[in-house]
Amino acid sequence: MKLELQGITKKFGDFTANDAIDLVVSPGKVHALLGENGAGKSTLMNVLFGLYDADGGQILLDGEPTVFSDPGDAMDAGIGMVHQHFMLVPVFTVAESLMLGHEDVKGPAKLLNLDAARDKVKELSERFGFHIDPDAIIEDLSVGAQQRVEIIKALSRDAKVLILDEPTAVLTPQETDELLEIVGQLRDSGTAVVLITHKLREVKAIADDITVIRRGKVVGTASPSDSQEELASLMVGRSVSMAVDKEPAEPGDAALTVDGLSVVDEETDITLLDNVSFELRAGEVLAVAGVQGNGQTELAEAILGLTKTDAGSVTLDGERLTGRSIRSVLDAGVGFVPEDRTEDGVVADFTIINNLILDLYDRAPYSKRGSLQPSVLRENADTQVENFDVRTTSIDALTGSLSGGNQQKVVLARELSRDLKLLIASQPTRGLDVGSIEFVHKRIIEERDKGVAVLVVSSELDEVYALADRIAVMYHGKIVDIVSPDTDRDTLGLMMAGAHSKEEVA
Amino acid sequence: MSEQPVTQTPPEAPEPEAPRRDWGTAWRHVVESSGLVVAMAILAALLIAGLLVIIVDPAVQDAAKYFFAQPADFFKAAWDALWSVYSAIFQGAVVNLDSSTFAGTIRPFTQTLTQATPLIFAGLGLGIGFRAGMFNIGAQGQLLIGATLGAYIGFAWDLPFPLHLVLAILGCAVGGAIWGFIPGILKAKTGAHEVIVTIMLNYIALNLVAWLLSLDAFKVNDVQSNPKSPLVETSAQYPLLLGGNFNLHWGFVLALVCAWGVWWLMERSTLGFEIRAAGANARAARTAGMSVTKTTILVMTIAGALAGLAGSTFVLGTEKALTDATGGTVGFDAITVALLGRSRPVGTVFAAILFGGLQAAGPTLQTQADLRPDIIFVIQALVVLFIAAPPLVRTMFRLPVPAHEKVVAA
Repeated sequence: MKLELQGITKKFGDFTANDAIDLVVSPGKVHALLGENGAGKSTLMNVLFGLYDADGGQILLDGEPTVFSDPGDAMDAGIGMVHQHFMLVPVFTVAESLMLGHEDVKGPAKLLNLDAARDKVKELSERFGFHIDPDAIIEDLSVGAQQRVEIIKALSRDAKVLILDEPTAVLTPQETDELLEIVGQLRDSGTAVVLITHKLREVKAIADDITVIRRGKVVGTASPSDSQEELASLMVGRSVSMAVDKEPAEPGDAALTVDGLSVVDEETDITLLDNVSFELRAGEVLAVAGVQGNGQTELAEAILGLTKTDAGSVTLDGERLTGRSIRSVLDAGVGFVPEDRTEDGVVADFTIINNLILDLYDRAPYSKRGSLQPSVLRENADTQVENFDVRTTSIDALTGSLSGGNQQKVVLARELSRDLKLLIASQPTRGLDVGSIEFVHKRIIEERDKGVAVLVVSSELDEVYALADRIAVMYHGKIVDIVSPDTDRDTLGLMMAGAHSKEEVA
Repeated sequence: MSEQPVTQTPPEAPEPEAPRRDWGTAWRHVVESSGLVVAMAILAALLIAGLLVIIVDPAVQDAAKYFFAQPADFFKAAWDALWSVYSAIFQGAVVNLDSSTFAGTIRPFTQTLTQATPLIFAGLGLGIGFRAGMFNIGAQGQLLIGATLGAYIGFAWDLPFPLHLVLAILGCAVGGAIWGFIPGILKAKTGAHEVIVTIMLNYIALNLVAWLLSLDAFKVNDVQSNPKSPLVETSAQYPLLLGGNFNLHWGFVLALVCAWGVWWLMERSTLGFEIRAAGANARAARTAGMSVTKTTILVMTIAGALAGLAGSTFVLGTEKALTDATGGTVGFDAITVALLGRSRPVGTVFAAILFGGLQAAGPTLQTQADLRPDIIFVIQALVVLFIAAPPLVRTMFRLPVPAHEKVVAA
């Protein structure tokens, strides 16, 4: 089935989210919709899926103008969508999930025809190599497997056009590769796939056609053979350098010493951090790589004192940090960019002014004798917003109203406005667009060059390679090995899956 | 060589312009403000209360029986009923135009301010709690314990005027602070939920006061039937603000000073910054090195002290003695006042004056409009109900939805 969007326009008040967008999706092709966060990709797909009414333009299916008033219409017409946040009931089995909304019944008692659903799951799972058990409970499945269930759901309703909205945002590198393989199979079987993403590597790996959207408008089409730099500059609207421009590190003395650090979960008794030891020198970046949930979060939080440690010690420039209050750890010269910025990094209901002093408010010149100095705070905010290029209408805007990238800039601006000896940055660019990633990476390297010891925790291999002077790979709460950034992607991937050392990998 | 990726590149969209200060924008700011919603909620509450008055009015009911014969009678009766209730509220709470003397004319408004005073104190304390993310139901108990300590200092000690009053006021604050500290430390150290703990502490305070009033130290004499403490010495009473003709006392001024103090605490002090941060996002506050334990305890203690000061307006102000009914429902009305005032000091002062006015109008309603003063509680409840549902008020009065509440998906 060939899907055409012609001149789709969608407005929210004065804001035009989609401005006369044209798009053609053909069977047996993967069409990537590339754009930064907030460019209008998801709005466009929600219009297509009948969740929003378009203010202009039309949708053609095989040349016939069509109107979808709700997602049900769209699904009946053969359009399936896998949302960024899955629409699954955690306690249902895979087969039950498949029936949800399309309950097929049998017999006079109108019992649910679970066997048919089960067979359908098995058939699709076998055809595409999904390895999904129809009787597995959704909440027991990994994120990648849940996503495959969503795909099976769409396929079971005979989707001829499958829309994947930022499908890899929640996946590990291995799961991403598996997903791309699945997308390839779907294409070969004749499905038209729309891949919404801002990740260039995926686009280059799988897409047949690329449409780039910026600020609600189609700014161009591109070919997968174009370089990442070309795609990025089209997406951002200016030239972007993908590789972080950095000189070789000039490490000084050991700044941070972590010795035998262990964290045990009080409730479950599970060891989250298992006897971790390493040294980090001033002026170098140590990147901690690993699949999410292998102790990296706990490592960062244990150093700051957010998580209680059960054994071991953390020393910064000879000063013992273990057992001290978070406040005194920060005062010792530690900057902390938390993994979950909306939960831990900023107060969404505070203005930008206030978030910029969230851990500085009781120091001079921001306050004097217990009294905040509003004019100093405003001046500080004006300077930081300019220096860190925070895109906002006003420094009085609530931080929650900013995009993720701009919130992260606020956090970074605040943490870097103290004199640091150690910067801990957890997933510093998660969910950010290309322009912001470039900016954040540049600032992190600048800190390194000033002689700050930098610990970056990231589950994105691209980021690890871009920043690291040394790479520590974590698996099951332990550091598998610390390797040089020359180590290739496959080796690192295997180590992230627990293969112990380079020898074992080889 | 890869092919050129760019097929078309429109010029950069211009940066959004700064909002222009024209009348249209100004008007939109007014109609989208929460202040207008509050005003409309009060209006809606008064209108619906008026409707209730019409329904229960005997003259209206009589006229309704021959509505189709003489509809004019019905509308006249309805109008009379409405007029009597609105004019009674106005005359009881704002100015009495029937009075021949100036003092008599303005007395209702001074009465309104007197009634508002304890609500300001307690409402300020609760507002701090709300902004710190704590739902303190315990103002009643904190008020009672504060009133007890202050009253005891007031009648049992013998000291010269300003000193005695100051110590009695401090006694009220300390008593309330202790009763606020208990749920604060329990929440901070053990995680006990403040709603449950404060409700239980209200019961303990009520019965503690009843028991204290049975002791010799708190009794006037043995023959007295209703429990009441001795009168507080004149040296420990709030002086009257406008002379002997009015009940309004200096406690009102102290309440306004406290409102300013709370504003400074919350908006300007580093402690207030911690309190607001802990209330808006405790995890981020902790990550930034703040002690949420400390703010929890401090907030509850300060709120308790302010509730205790609310108690001072009874034992050192209007009633001059402690009874087992001291404070009435102020501890609970103050929750409404704080919510109505959006937990901000200025808002709380105005909300307290509104509620003080409604309560001051109670007796006039009874004498002039022959209505049970219970209608006041109906109005109060309706105001809160409407304020809790801004979309309802916006729909009723066709106000535009503010831009920040619209769904903008991108």
